Amino acid sequence: MTDKDHSKSFRDYIHLAYEERKPLQFKAGGSKSFYGRQTETPIMDVSHHRGILNYEPTELILTARAGTPLTEIEQVLADQNQMLPFEPPHFGDKATLGGAIASGLSGPTRPYTGAVRDFVLGVRIINGKGEIIQFGGEVMKNVAGYDVSRLMTGALGTLGLLLEISIKVLPKPAQAITLSRELDVNEAQQQMLAYAQQALPISAACHDGQKMFLRLSGASLAVAAAKKQLGGVELDDSATFWRSLREQQHKFFSNSPSLYRLSVPASTPITTFSGEQFIDWGGAQRWLKTDQSLSTLQDKAASVNGHCTLFRHQNEEYDVFQPLNGTLKQLHLNLKLAFDPHNILNPTRMYSDF
Amino acid sequence: MSKISIRRDDLIKQLQKFLSRSAILYEEEDTRPYECDGLSAYRHLPWLVVLPETIDQVQKIMRLCHQHHIPVIARGAGTGLSGGALPADESLILSLAKFNQILDVDLPNRVATVQPGVRNLAISEAVKQHGLYYAPDPSSQIACTIGGNVAENSGGVHCLKYGLTVHNIQQIKIITIDGELVTVGGGGLDAPGFDLLALMTGSEGLLSVIVEVVVKLLPMPQRAQVMLAAFDRVEDAGEAVANIIAQGIIPAGLEMMDNPAIRAAEAFVHAGYPIESAAILLCELDGTNEEVSEQITLVKEILNTSGATEIRTANNDQERAQLWQGRKSAFPAVGRLAPDYYCMDGTIPRKQLPHVLQRIAEWSKKYNLPVANVFHAGDGNLHPLILYDANTPGELERTEEFGGKILELCVEVGGTITGEHGVGMEKINQMCTQFNSLELTQFHAVKEAFDPDKLLNPGKAIPTLHRCAELGAMHVHHGKLPHPELERF
Ligand SMILES: Cc1cc2nc3c(=O)[nH]c(=O)nc-3n(C[C@H](O)[C@H](O)[C@H](O)COP(=O)(O)OP(=O)(O)OC[C@H]3O[C@@H](n4cnc5c(N)ncnc54)[C@H](O)[C@@H]3O)c2cc1C
Repeated sequence: MTDKDHSKSFRDYIHLAYEERKPLQFKAGGSKSFYGRQTETPIMDVSHHRGILNYEPTELILTARAGTPLTEIEQVLADQNQMLPFEPPHFGDKATLGGAIASGLSGPTRPYTGAVRDFVLGVRIINGKGEIIQFGGEVMKNVAGYDVSRLMTGALGTLGLLLEISIKVLPKPAQAITLSRELDVNEAQQQMLAYAQQALPISAACHDGQKMFLRLSGASLAVAAAKKQLGGVELDDSATFWRSLREQQHKFFSNSPSLYRLSVPASTPITTFSGEQFIDWGGAQRWLKTDQSLSTLQDKAASVNGHCTLFRHQNEEYDVFQPLNGTLKQLHLNLKLAFDPHNILNPTRMYSDF
Repeated sequence: MSKISIRRDDLIKQLQKFLSRSAILYEEEDTRPYECDGLSAYRHLPWLVVLPETIDQVQKIMRLCHQHHIPVIARGAGTGLSGGALPADESLILSLAKFNQILDVDLPNRVATVQPGVRNLAISEAVKQHGLYYAPDPSSQIACTIGGNVAENSGGVHCLKYGLTVHNIQQIKIITIDGELVTVGGGGLDAPGFDLLALMTGSEGLLSVIVEVVVKLLPMPQRAQVMLAAFDRVEDAGEAVANIIAQGIIPAGLEMMDNPAIRAAEAFVHAGYPIESAAILLCELDGTNEEVSEQITLVKEILNTSGATEIRTANNDQERAQLWQGRKSAFPAVGRLAPDYYCMDGTIPRKQLPHVLQRIAEWSKKYNLPVANVFHAGDGNLHPLILYDANTPGELERTEEFGGKILELCVEVGGTITGEHGVGMEKINQMCTQFNSLELTQFHAVKEAFDPDKLLNPGKAIPTLHRCAELGAMHVHHGKLPHPELERF
C-alpha cells in the first residue's frame, strides 16, 4: 500500500455522518478489534491513511499518519537505533500506530519507562462534528491549552478519529538481558517491590507462575553489575521472551475462553484474586484466568483502588471495563458530548451508555 | 458584567459559618499579598481571599460560589509566571496554602499522598531517608506547591529524562465547581475510562480545584555527575546537544545559557562559569556508578568534537551543587541587572535554536531591550529573559510586544508559546496564533464539560473567539488571518 493522505475525505464522511446522525466504527488493521465492547456499528475503514511524515532522530520525535503499520515505524526507528519506548502490543501483523494510541495499551516496560500516553506529544484528529483539529505538536514540552493529545490516548476512538500522531521516541538501550529464577509468586512479588526501590537498571519484571523474570537494560557496564548483584539464569533470547508476553503468545495465554486484566497497586497481595495469574509490571498488571464473575473481580479490584478489564472474551454482550459512577461518569458523558455531540464516534465501544 | 447574586458582606457571613475568622481575608492590607503571582507586572486587588483547611470546607466554598455565581481562582504559592493566579473582578481567591501535609508515604508502591499546598521540594526532603525522591524539579521548587505544579504541568531541569509533572503523578482528588469530590487516576498505573488525569494536568485551575495528589517516587540514582562545557559559538553548543542524543545518551539534565545569562549568574552566585564564552552547556549524567563512568567518557568526546573550548566535571557533591546553583538561580541573577525582567517560555524544535536566537538578538537591538537566554536545551524549552524598567513610560508595552513576537516566532518554527509556565493571563493573545477557531471552540467545549458557568479561573488560558477576532484584525500571520471566518466581528 502506498502512503496517502485521506484526511479530507474522512472529514467529509464524518461530517455527513454527523448531519445524518449515523454512528461509525473506525477500523484500521483490526488487530485490536477484540478489545473493548463489541458493537454492530457500521465500519469505516481508515487503514489506507498512512505514511511517516516526519522523523528527527536527534530531536527524538516521529510523526505519522494513524494508519501507518507499527512494524514499519519500528523498522524505521531501528535503523537509527531507536525504538517506541512504550513497547506497544501488536496482536497481529496489521497493527497500526493509530490503533496502538487509541487502545492505549503499553508493554512490559510500562512501570519503568512509561505508558503510551507518556510519549504522545501531539495529535491531529477529526471530532464528531467532522472538523479537523490539531493539539500539542512535535515538541517535548507544551502546555498551551488542555492536553487533548493525551486525552485521546486510550479513548478507543470515542472522542475523535486520530489522523496524525506525534510521539517521543528513545534510543535503544545499549544492552538488554533477562535473568530468570525459580521462585514462589509471593516471594517474587516481595523481591520485585524491593528492587523497584533501588537504583537498578530494571526495565521489566514479571512472574509466569513458576519463575520470576527480570530484564536489565542500559549501558553494558551497568547491566553487567546488576546481573552480578541479582543473580539467576540468563535467557538465551531476551527479546523473544518479552515479545511473547507482550503479544500474549506465551503459553499462559492459550486455551482460555476469558482473560482478565487487573491493574492494581503493585503491592496488592497475590491472593486477593483467585485463579491462574501471570504477574507483569512488577506486580501492577496481572493477567488472570478464573471462573469468578467480572463483577466480583471488579468489586475486589475497586477495594484495592485498582480496576479490572475483561480483556478477551467470547460472549458478545459483555461490558468489559470497570464501571464508572457518580460525578466521574457524568464528566465522561459531558466530555463525550464535547467532542462528539451526536454520539456517532465508536458509540458503546467503551461503555454501554456512550 | 457581574452576575453575582450576593453582596460581599453577606457572603462573608455565610463563610464564617464554617471558616474561622482568620481564614477569610477582605481588608486591603490582608488581601494585598494576593494581588499578583510571579508575573508581578499584572496586578489586581482581590475581592475576597479564603484559606480553607479541609476538603469539606472547600466543597462548601465551591457550593456557595456556584450558587451565587462567584468566580473562583485557586492559588498555591503564587510563583506562577503567567498570571494564572491573578485575581479577577469580584472573584474569590481560594488559597490552598493550609493544605500542607504529606499524608502518606507508601514505600512498596513508591508513591506519596500529599495535600496540594505541600511544597515541591518538601516531598523529596521527606522521602530522602528512604533513598527516594520526586523527580520534577522546577527552579522554584523551594516555594511552589505540588497543586500548582499539577495545574501548570511544571517541568524542571531533569525532565528530559524523568518527564514533567504529568509523567510523575498517579492519582488526584478534585473538587468540581458544584462541590463534588472526584478521584481521578487510581492506585494502579492506569485507570478506566478517559485519561482525565492527563486532562487535569496543566489545566491551570480552569476545570477543577485539586485537593490531593499522589506522586510517584523514584529511587535516587547511585551517582549523578554534572559537566560544564564552554563554547565560542551558540551553534556549536546546539550541535553538541544533537550529537549527544544521536549517540543514544539521554542525560538527566541538559541546560544551555548564553553569554548574558552566564555573566549574570556568575556575578550573582560565583559558580565559576567562564564569562567570556558565548554559551555553556550543563550536562548531568546519572545512573549506576558504571553507567555514569561509561557515559562521561563518551560525552566528553562528543563535546570535544563539537567544538567545546573547555570541559569541566564536578568531582563531588559540592562542585555539582555549585555548577547547578548558577543555572537554578539564573532568573533572580538576571533580575539583578535591571529593575524588571520578563520571562518568556516558548518551546522550539532544537534545530531551530540558532535561527531563533538570531532573531531575538535582532529584536533586542530594535526594541533597545537587553535579553539573556536560558534554555532547557535537551527538550527545546527556551526562556528568553527580557530586561526592562516598568517605571519608564512605555517600556512594559514595548517589552510585551517584543515578548509576543518571540512567542509567535516559536509557533512559526513549529514550536509552542509555552513549554511549562502556562498561558494564564499573559499569553492569552498568542493562543490565537497557535490555535484556530475550531480548536479554541473545542477547548471551550471541554471547559463546558466541567464548568458550564465558566466560574473557574475565568478569562485565563483559553481566549474567546471574539478576542482572537479583534486581534486578528491587527495581526496578519503567515500572510493569512488565523480566524478568517470571524472577520465579521
Ligand atoms: C524563580 C522562578 C523559577 C521558576 N522555575 C520554573 C521551572 O523551572 N519550571 C516550571 O515549570 N515553572 C517554573 N516556575 C513557575 C512556577 O513556579 C510554576 O508554574 C509552579 O508550578 C507554580 O506553583 P504555585 O504553587 O506557585 O502556583 P500558583 O502560582 O499559585 O498557581 C499557578 C496556577 O495553578 C492554579 N492552581 C494552583 N493551585 C491549584 C490547585 N490546588 N487546584 C487547581 N488549580 C490550582 C492557579 O489557579 C494558577 O492558574 C518558576 C517561577 C519562578 C518565580
